[in-house]
Amino acid sequence: MAKKLPKTDIVLAGVGWTGGIIAAELTKKGYKVVGLERGKERKTEDYLMVHDELRYQQRNEMMQDLSKETLTVRHDRSKRALPYRQHGSFLIGDGVGGSGEHWNGLTYRFFPYDFEIYSKTVERYGKDKIPADMPLQDWGITYNELVPYFEKFEAMAGISGETNPHPEVPEVKYPTVPLKETPSMKMFKEASKKLGYHPYIAPAATLSESYTNPDGISRAACQYCGFCERFGCEYGAKASPVVTVLPVAKETGNFEVRTHCVVRKVLHTNGKATGVLYVDTRTGEEYIQEADVVVVSAYALNNIRILLNSQLGSPYNPESGTGVIGKNYAYQMTSAASTGFFKEKEFNLYAGTGSLAGVIDDFNGDNFDHTDLNFIHGGNIALGHYGKRPISNNSVPKGTPTWGKEFKDESIYWTNRSLSVGSQGSVMPNKENYIDLDPTYKDQFGDPLLRMTFNYKDNERNQQKYIRDITTKILEEMGADIINSPGDQEDWDTTKYQTTHNTGGVIMGADSKTSALNNYLQMWDCENVFVPGASAFPHNSGMNPTGTVGALAYRAAEGIEKYLKNGGSLV
Amino acid sequence: MSEQEKNAPYLDKRSSRRTFIKNSGLTVGGVVLGGALGSLLGKDSTTQTHETGVHSTATAVNFNQALMYFDKAQFDTIDAAAEQIFPKSEVGPGAKELLVTYYIDHQLAGSWGLNSKEYMSAPFYPAEASSLFGHQTHLNRQQIFNLGIEALNSEAAKQYKAKFSEITEEEQVSILQAFEEGEVTLNGAVTSTYFFALLKSATIEGAYADPLYGGNKDMAGWKMKNFPGHQMSYANIIEKDEFVKIEPTSLNSQHKH
Ligand SMILES: Cc1cc2nc3c(=O)[nH]c(=O)nc-3n(C[C@H](O)[C@H](O)[C@H](O)COP(=O)(O)OP(=O)(O)OC[C@H]3O[C@@H](n4cnc5c(N)ncnc54)[C@H](O)[C@@H]3O)c2cc1C
Ligand code: SF4
Repeated sequence: MAKKLPKTDIVLAGVGWTGGIIAAELTKKGYKVVGLERGKERKTEDYLMVHDELRYQQRNEMMQDLSKETLTVRHDRSKRALPYRQHGSFLIGDGVGGSGEHWNGLTYRFFPYDFEIYSKTVERYGKDKIPADMPLQDWGITYNELVPYFEKFEAMAGISGETNPHPEVPEVKYPTVPLKETPSMKMFKEASKKLGYHPYIAPAATLSESYTNPDGISRAACQYCGFCERFGCEYGAKASPVVTVLPVAKETGNFEVRTHCVVRKVLHTNGKATGVLYVDTRTGEEYIQEADVVVVSAYALNNIRILLNSQLGSPYNPESGTGVIGKNYAYQMTSAASTGFFKEKEFNLYAGTGSLAGVIDDFNGDNFDHTDLNFIHGGNIALGHYGKRPISNNSVPKGTPTWGKEFKDESIYWTNRSLSVGSQGSVMPNKENYIDLDPTYKDQFGDPLLRMTFNYKDNERNQQKYIRDITTKILEEMGADIINSPGDQEDWDTTKYQTTHNTGGVIMGADSKTSALNNYLQMWDCENVFVPGASAFPHNSGMNPTGTVGALAYRAAEGIEKYLKNGGSLV
Repeated sequence: MSEQEKNAPYLDKRSSRRTFIKNSGLTVGGVVLGGALGSLLGKDSTTQTHETGVHSTATAVNFNQALMYFDKAQFDTIDAAAEQIFPKSEVGPGAKELLVTYYIDHQLAGSWGLNSKEYMSAPFYPAEASSLFGHQTHLNRQQIFNLGIEALNSEAAKQYKAKFSEITEEEQVSILQAFEEGEVTLNGAVTSTYFFALLKSATIEGAYADPLYGGNKDMAGWKMKNFPGHQMSYANIIEKDEFVKIEPTSLNSQHKH
């Protein structure tokens, strides 16, 4: 029998970026918050030996232990799904701070277009532009309504950046100056300007200068150490929950984090949650933590899983298109990247930070005319300077063998002479891309694993073709001697890292029939459950999600307070 | 400042690790957070690191050169195969000199060899598994290497009547190519292509991982690639137009702080 614990105001399932933001905001207001985190405690000292590519990048030191819990994957629903036995395509965080500890820190705002994508597409191109199998929808909130929350997130993290010069993109004033510009970024900017595009330096959560945020948290400037994404920052220069929101919550005395505690279910009766059931994995004991509000903040994929295993909300059915939990799962596409080889120039590519990049948004969102194009949306195009480490970077011109003497000598020769112009392609929802529970495979407690049914559809394949020609063109303009351009978009490969930008599955919207959450991320079906995270996105945009995830988490925090004061559905 | 830092001419002396740490305030409402920086600061700055002579590479015995997993014959087979994947060339040492096979042996003996952070529950459907879905076999990496080594030697015996480590380099390469193409049958639930891919990635890792893992001897892998290993800061380099060559340092230097 699970042991019942005294009731608290708010319980969090997962203590990463979204859980941390909600903990800080509500403990400041005097509410008691209990954070349940399946992984371990984290502090900056843990990162003293962090410049270790093998341990952190190849062996995924900071990621979820897949022997305890994973998911199964397949390309379409006619097939059997097979377990994601080893990390590949995306990485799932684990431990206090979650993926917020080892992210890159590229911090964008989605475009006004994104939040009203359905209406704006119909308005500009007519209803026929949207394929029948694409359940595109507005988000139930506008960009302008979200601006104050974006500002809160950016001020808390100290985002360094310059405003995007593209005429279609709203101006943003960032709290700190942009990061330093490398020679390769200069080349990218000059080339794309010549081609008529609008380059700028990416907004970054790795600080360009020392900074004190509105909560009084001071952090040092980034050292461009080159071990950033997939690694923790030994300097606290990268904004992460452990160096920003969690200390604020702890200082109030109203926050308790219980580590090594896995939430299995949200408990509920008659459309109201009573608390959560969790296991302390050190003792093996089961507990029930009762609470007035349950926040499911376990990362997009785990959020879906907790809800499905709790039988909360109606599961999506791809046959009929009804139900909402698991609906509109989307991902991103990085296969439009081209690599350029420069004989005459050696760059200091070992240096860099996780979010150092020159970017253009000329082919992102609806910033370009799609009338004659066979796809919706697009992707940003960027040259990143993230720090090239030797095991994982061995670019060679096409036609070079993949091992042996020629490979060795060529990969060494080009190490500091090759640059990649990449793209982060949006993915639109499709009726056939969704998530449900796997009928066969189980986790350490015998609970069903998630089953992901996903592949790139025509919209994405057409977009990739279009964008890869532009990444190639930019490298030509930059003067590359040899260019490796990609072929067509292939089927989704679960073994190659693409992005950890999994979205959808518990989406927000204005209508309870087609969405799971209202615009405070409050469940339509269960008014005291809030589900922050990218699971709330009805589609995935062509840039990194966490700026938008953070803004929505601040919005949810406001909603939770309103709910605790007045009760009921907030919309 | 460590010896390695002192010898780094590119480093602005004002930004040495400790002064950097002193100048950086990681604080909550004025209270210094106990972070990595805090714990370093706490150290008495007059503490001396005593350097002894044992680090001289000319005379050093490398106590890493012993086997945790392979037997001698398995070691010789992998040593020969890894050298063909990453051979000695004009550019610098190959797998053998970099001690890549010791690296692979040590990795196999631990959690990587046992797939301990991976989902290994049944059922397995190897026949249905396209390579796009990753490994779908009940075998762990230790078992896959055992099968792979056995098959390398039986191919060598079949074609050239000798052990894999004893045939010519061209013969070794042609067997490895057949493995890569999936043309060899391993007597178990795994393809030769998969074994080859594992061997190849482990070889690259052994050449370039921090020497703490037993390969990348004397950081010679990094030196070939002009990779500086563990450094505290590139803030003074990041905007530089010319290539800055830096003598590499390993995590060993960080541990001595
Ligand atoms: C390598 C990498 C690079 C990235 N780079 C960027 C970037 O540059 N820009 C960007 O915008 N985004 C980036 N992201 C994505 C970003 O990290 C996430 O969007 C963000 O952290 C999501 O916040 P979250 O609170 O939803 O989840 P997380 O921050 O991951 O936190 C979830 C927490 O919940 C815990 N948890 C899960 N299940 C349970 C359970 N059952 N019980 C208890 N606890 C549980 C987890 O252990 C984890 O600590 C990156 C991610 C990765 C992995
Ligand atoms: S690159 Fe900058 S932010 Fe990233 S880990 Fe290094 S010092 Fe920290």
